Amino acid sequence: MLLVPCPNCGPMNAADLSYNGESHRRPDPKTCTPEEWRTYLYLRENPSGWLLENWYCSSGCRRHFKIERHTLTGELRAPVLPGRKPGATQGDMK
Amino acid sequence: MSHRLPAPLGDVIDRSSVISFTWNGKKLQGFEGDTIASALLANGEHILGRSMKYHRPRGVLTADFWDPNTTVQVDDEPNVRASHRKLADGMAVSAQNVWPSLKFDVKAANGLVGRFLTAGFYYKTFMKPAKLWPAYEHVLAKFAPGGSVDLDTPHGRYDKRHAHPDVVVAGGGPSGMAAALAAAEAGSSVMLVEHEHQLGGHLLWGSNDDRAAANELAAACAAAGVEILTNSTVAGRYEDNWISISQRSHPGVIERLIKARGKTLVGAAGTIERPYVFQGNDLPGVMTSGAAQRLIRMYGVKPGTRAVVFTANESGDSAVEALQSAGISIARVVDARAGEGITSASGSKSRVKRVTLSDGTTVECDLLVTAVGWTTPTSLLNMAGDRPVYDADAARFFPAGPPDNVLATGGMIGDGSRDELIAHGRATGELAAGRAAVVRHRLQAATARAAAVDGPEPDYPADERTPLDRAQHPELYRSTTHGIVDYSEDVSSKDLFSAAGEGFDSVELIKRFTTATMGPSQGKLETVNTVAVLAEARNETIAEVGTTVWRPPYAPISLGALAGRINEPTRVSVLQPWHEANGATPILAGQWVRPEHYGDPAAEVRNTRTNVGIIDVTPLGKLDLQGPDVPKLLNLLYTNKWMALPIGGVRYGLMCAEDGVVLDDGVTARLGEEHYLMTTTSSGAAKIWNWIEMWLQTEHPDWQVHVTPVTTGLTSINIAGPNSRELLGRLTTDIDLDPTAFPYMNVRRGTIAGVQNCIAWRIGFTGELSYEIHVPSGHAVHVWEQLLDQGADLGVKAFGLEAQRIMRLEKGHFIVGQDTDGLSKAPVTGLNPLLKLDKDDWAGMPEVAWTMESGDHPVIVACQPDNGSVVPEEAAQILRAGTTEIVGRITSSRMSPTLNRSICLAQVTKEFAAPGTSLEVLLVSGERITATVQEHHAHFDPEGARLRG
Ligand SMILES: [Zn+2]
Repeated sequence: MLLVPCPNCGPMNAADLSYNGESHRRPDPKTCTPEEWRTYLYLRENPSGWLLENWYCSSGCRRHFKIERHTLTGELRAPVLPGRKPGATQGDMK
Repeated sequence: MSHRLPAPLGDVIDRSSVISFTWNGKKLQGFEGDTIASALLANGEHILGRSMKYHRPRGVLTADFWDPNTTVQVDDEPNVRASHRKLADGMAVSAQNVWPSLKFDVKAANGLVGRFLTAGFYYKTFMKPAKLWPAYEHVLAKFAPGGSVDLDTPHGRYDKRHAHPDVVVAGGGPSGMAAALAAAEAGSSVMLVEHEHQLGGHLLWGSNDDRAAANELAAACAAAGVEILTNSTVAGRYEDNWISISQRSHPGVIERLIKARGKTLVGAAGTIERPYVFQGNDLPGVMTSGAAQRLIRMYGVKPGTRAVVFTANESGDSAVEALQSAGISIARVVDARAGEGITSASGSKSRVKRVTLSDGTTVECDLLVTAVGWTTPTSLLNMAGDRPVYDADAARFFPAGPPDNVLATGGMIGDGSRDELIAHGRATGELAAGRAAVVRHRLQAATARAAAVDGPEPDYPADERTPLDRAQHPELYRSTTHGIVDYSEDVSSKDLFSAAGEGFDSVELIKRFTTATMGPSQGKLETVNTVAVLAEARNETIAEVGTTVWRPPYAPISLGALAGRINEPTRVSVLQPWHEANGATPILAGQWVRPEHYGDPAAEVRNTRTNVGIIDVTPLGKLDLQGPDVPKLLNLLYTNKWMALPIGGVRYGLMCAEDGVVLDDGVTARLGEEHYLMTTTSSGAAKIWNWIEMWLQTEHPDWQVHVTPVTTGLTSINIAGPNSRELLGRLTTDIDLDPTAFPYMNVRRGTIAGVQNCIAWRIGFTGELSYEIHVPSGHAVHVWEQLLDQGADLGVKAFGLEAQRIMRLEKGHFIVGQDTDGLSKAPVTGLNPLLKLDKDDWAGMPEVAWTMESGDHPVIVACQPDNGSVVPEEAAQILRAGTTEIVGRITSSRMSPTLNRSICLAQVTKEFAAPGTSLEVLLVSGERITATVQEHHAHFDPEGARLRG
């Protein structure tokens, strides 16, 4: 099981967090087309490589954060709190 | 015990402790320390089972955990590994897969038609016609292997444990023990896991010096504080060294699953001796050199009287010594290194009798021992991403190079004397400890609020170990004849040749087509022979064919261990003891144990509609919202408008997910200038809390809102019925209950029964005049009892969940998740005036707008069966009359004690939604009844006069 670094709690078992999937932009609900909205709802890039994704520290501090994960190697880059700029990394934990 | 050897042979048995057991009903004796198989052999019982497909007699082949043909039934437990499980007093052991008896097996007739049961036989023969599959299944099930399961067996005791060792060592041979010892001496916390019953590995059946060294190392490990887990298997290695360990030796439980986060993992699984493929290689009396030595030296068992030994290595030579020490005559040593070989063995149905050598001579014997080489069990390294590489000179696979936090030592990576193996193990343990210290430091440094990190990060140690040599070994896989490759699955080399000929010529395909390597031995004995035979069939090298990927588990784990303890937590309100003491029938609603009723739900409905009733509605989700931006949040999550709710006001709201599907509903009150209290459905409380946090943290981190779940902090009591105002009035002095001062859909705070800081809501799910009071939970029992005391003359009685469900259905209120489902978009509810498309934004708005625009959606309607005594089942289909076209379904149904007739809510397509429409409802019995769509959702008091009074 991956160790996922929560910005508050530190390294957590992935099972103690909720995985909220690929990070994506929410279209403007007033002006979007059905195609744009359903792309937001259902379609994901699913790249082979680096992916920015959403995690929620559901069994810990309840922070939502984003993290970059390499989908082939499982390697993780430093977490990013919403509303904050990507900061210094906390180091490779492996 | 006619085949028992005298001491000092038999290191692990205790001859002073005799154990009685039965074998197929026959009374036998063994010693403490025996396995079931060693005890049976000591009694001269050398057929332990029948093979899976051809029902050929089989005996001991490896005499260890991987022995493929010695699974037996022990009492009510099937599939017990007889060569591993320790004998216990009173065990009733019987053979599996035999009918009617071990010696006269009817199904052995399969052997006669064996040529028809080649690879893929089942796939091909029982494919067509599909309509006969059930019949095929019935017949094939009788031929399937396995013991019998007693369906009345109680759930056994299993457990789980989480552990955080620095170093996990998989394998307790000389290298593994040395690695564990060195790591512990370097300051690491160490788990040493050995799947057999004692540490030592191959030293246990070696020379006197070997056995002394094993004991010495084991004692040193224990003294150094290494946690030693014997009869335990490292079953899997996952990301970041998440390691699963199946522990079969924990007192009091059948099996315990340990989930260990190792900072480094040392693979020290040694090697597994390969069987040789030749005609007759599965006859009882044919065994590996390791098996012969284990039986003689560890268990003091004589495996035969006259032996042929086919040897290509030191293990075979050592077996010759062991056989001689047991007084077994050596008929012939066939040395592969001198170019000698064997081509076939033959015998009676129950035992090997002669061996034919490559030069054509035959030798009489009752024991054939083979020592043809080694398989490297690289499973754990595979799971870490390593892909092993074949070395033809050493005739085995070796790891290519696992990641930095996984190290290998011992036989997995090379050969050496005992001292060389121990030296390599020690160096590996030191390296593992050094790397674990770095990982430990990094984990601690990355954990906010952890204890201060000790000093600077240690240097990451490089791998400077002196590699072990690889001993030369002849490539010996198959003789010139065909024999069994997979003993558990009864797959022969001939099957593999024909499968390859049919085009299943990749190793992964042939494995799945023939099921070779897929039996209980998990490929440990079979994989490399399979690869070698396939290489031969394809006329390629083993390196070119490659090997299959070994996936978890390393050895089978019981489902009980994966499940662990039965642990399903439930929640209760603080009033639950009162409910139980007063005759409540409990019901599990989601996680909550609640009173379903107190004897007669219909009477509870009538009393509430006539006098007054109280119900514990604590599971209602409650979220305390504070901050200047709460109205913006409510406006975003609910479909209706919230910017103008006055202090003391209450509003109903509906929430949608982003796909427009109804997510939750409830009422929210404004308690103060920047203070709101939101209620959610009972099952939605946790989900909506997460939903709110998600919106606040990700889309609107600038909004100032603080959310606190207070579901159990406040005990919720609904007081409903014509006398509810009178009753509450007797308990409060500071809340003005006058209808003009406290109208419907309002909230007030005050003192109830002397308890301050209560919240009173004038709302109602039952359709009666009602007040819902939220009381600090520490005082809830007092308030509940006061309501019953003070209202005795008003006819107050408690009512349960069932009465509430009936009354809400009489009033036509839908329940999210019952009357709606995962496809029900908001317009299905019919609450269109609450779907405010002129707001800037709310969750799910675009989908709701498009659904309303298209009008293409079902709707919830109330309907009544024309025969009021029939209650259609919930989820009963509604059909277009006289057809099988489904146009809707009953979502809720009850007999109404108020109306004395059956009432329903249903979802139907728009065509069937108009009041007065006749619906055809298909009952579970198959009968069709008619029901009529009603004008209002409410079957009772549609104007709400009682509620608003
Ligand atoms: Zn956290």
